[in-house]
Amino acid sequence: MTTKSQAVLNWIDERFPLTSSIKGHLTEYYAPKNFNFWYFFGSLALLVLVIQILTGIFLVMHYKPDASLNAAGVPVAFASVEYIMREVPGGWLIRYLHSTGASAFFIVVYLHMFRGLLYGSYRKPRELIWIFGTLIFLVLMAEAFMGYLLPWGQMSFWGAQVIVNLFSAIPVIGPDLSLVIRGDYVVSDATLNRFFSFHVIAVPLVLIGLVAAHIIALHEVGSNNPDGVEIKKKKDANGIPLDGIPFHPYYTVKDIVGVVAFLFFFSAVVFFAPEGGGYFLEFNNFIPADPLKTPPHIAPVWYFTPFYSILRAVTYPLFGLDAKFWGVVAMGASVVIIAFLPWLDRSPVKSIRYKGPIFKIAVVIFVICFFILGYLGVLPPTPGRTLVSQICSVLYFAFFLLMPWYSKLDKCKAEPERVNFK
Amino acid sequence: MSVDQKMDSSRRTLLLATSAAGGAAAVATAVPFVASLTPSERAKAAGAPVEVDVGKLAPGEMMTVEWRGKPVWILRRTEEMLASLDKTDEKVSDPASDKPMQPEYAKNKHRSIKPEYLIAVGICTHLGCSPSEKFKMGAESGMGADWPGGFLCPCHGSLFDLAGRVYSSMPAPDNLEIPPHQYLADTTILVGEDGKA
Repeated sequence: MTTKSQAVLNWIDERFPLTSSIKGHLTEYYAPKNFNFWYFFGSLALLVLVIQILTGIFLVMHYKPDASLNAAGVPVAFASVEYIMREVPGGWLIRYLHSTGASAFFIVVYLHMFRGLLYGSYRKPRELIWIFGTLIFLVLMAEAFMGYLLPWGQMSFWGAQVIVNLFSAIPVIGPDLSLVIRGDYVVSDATLNRFFSFHVIAVPLVLIGLVAAHIIALHEVGSNNPDGVEIKKKKDANGIPLDGIPFHPYYTVKDIVGVVAFLFFFSAVVFFAPEGGGYFLEFNNFIPADPLKTPPHIAPVWYFTPFYSILRAVTYPLFGLDAKFWGVVAMGASVVIIAFLPWLDRSPVKSIRYKGPIFKIAVVIFVICFFILGYLGVLPPTPGRTLVSQICSVLYFAFFLLMPWYSKLDKCKAEPERVNFK
Repeated sequence: MSVDQKMDSSRRTLLLATSAAGGAAAVATAVPFVASLTPSERAKAAGAPVEVDVGKLAPGEMMTVEWRGKPVWILRRTEEMLASLDKTDEKVSDPASDKPMQPEYAKNKHRSIKPEYLIAVGICTHLGCSPSEKFKMGAESGMGADWPGGFLCPCHGSLFDLAGRVYSSMPAPDNLEIPPHQYLADTTILVGEDGKA
């Protein structure tokens, strides 16, 4: 570095911790050297967040959150999305990047969470990272749900109608609560405008704050790895973990490979199948919202369907309260229970590599149930399907609630002293 | 000032009192923000009653009007349709309309002022979808051979009979809502306001 640029850097460092931040989070932040494929999804989630924010900023320049009808009798909001698609130069691409980005976000986040489950990344001392992560997932669902109302299509409208009505199932405060959420007696212009406000301002701010907390907590304790052993236990004379390598340049370069591969698939969807076969953008949402006519079949977007299936699986009233209320409770619990994983897993080892057969079988059953629930969530209910979703819901909860026992019973292998690395 | 000087605890009291007052002010400030989320005066005023002429409605036909942003159905029932209500009596969960889902004057078997006309809010009491018409009896509606005619909610499969009464063990807990309404003339209905008489 030339003396002149060094002088500039010194000037900044005396006023702002630039060099020390770069060292602490990048060049002297030591990550385990045995990261594998599964470790791409954290940085990819960050990439998709950036894509969503950037495309979102440009979409807001043309989108109008207005449910009133224009001269042609089409809701203004719906027409403004069509305007973006057909008349704004490059608008179609920005919009498809945003709508595909929403589904990509959930794919990446689900894989990222599954990685945590496989390698015990939620275990001590990473409980707070996991809790922040669960909150990110929760906030992301709120963000996606509110964003889905904005095109003001049939699915936007009736999906919001169904989900907001869920809150009215809560005893005593429910009906007033759903009124406050909608700001009207039905989903209307008031609802559209407040969802727009939440979707573009409030929720993204919370999301960014939580992502920052997630990463700060991670950098405080250091990353877990596929072997689930703490690299900080074995350090060299300089206090650097023996199995650690600086995040930059090693993992920045590795993550770029992941980014390129991801963008390869992402672009393929954006350019050749932006509707995702009706799963990313549902066909009924190409019809403007009609408050007087429900489409013959309502299904949430794919990333909500496992939880929606759990909601529908509850068909018995209990303690004098409607099945509807308990369905809402079960759906809420199915997300919140994820946050308790650090205390449910009592296994002596973290990584699935050293866990015994019971845990492995439990994970397989859990994943199968999750997929079945997701699949049933897009289909209309029949008595047979309801029964299957009830069985899968019970197994879903059993995976978590029985974990303190089966994870303890399991015959685990001994963890290695150091990470495996070839 | 020395460090080990005795702490003046009256200052602590002042600190607590100030914090409590500040906290109360902060909560009070939140009130108008929460209030702004409730329905506006305009949204409340939009609930004006709607006048409907049902003279052109043929027997067995249904029309939908909008009241407070919700679909309101007006179904002119045939003799056959009314007779079907006897058959569904034992299948529905609230046959006598004991739950307050209708004005007093519609708390009867046909759930309406005149038996012929059913006026109901076409929103499922489960999660707010609008049920679809399945008026044809028997297999023709695709609802099985013993289907007496009624409504099917497409979202979660709740069934209602031709008086908007919900079948037992359905996701929907209540019968369809009957809005306040009155007859201004023989075939003119005012939806949204009770009759004075």
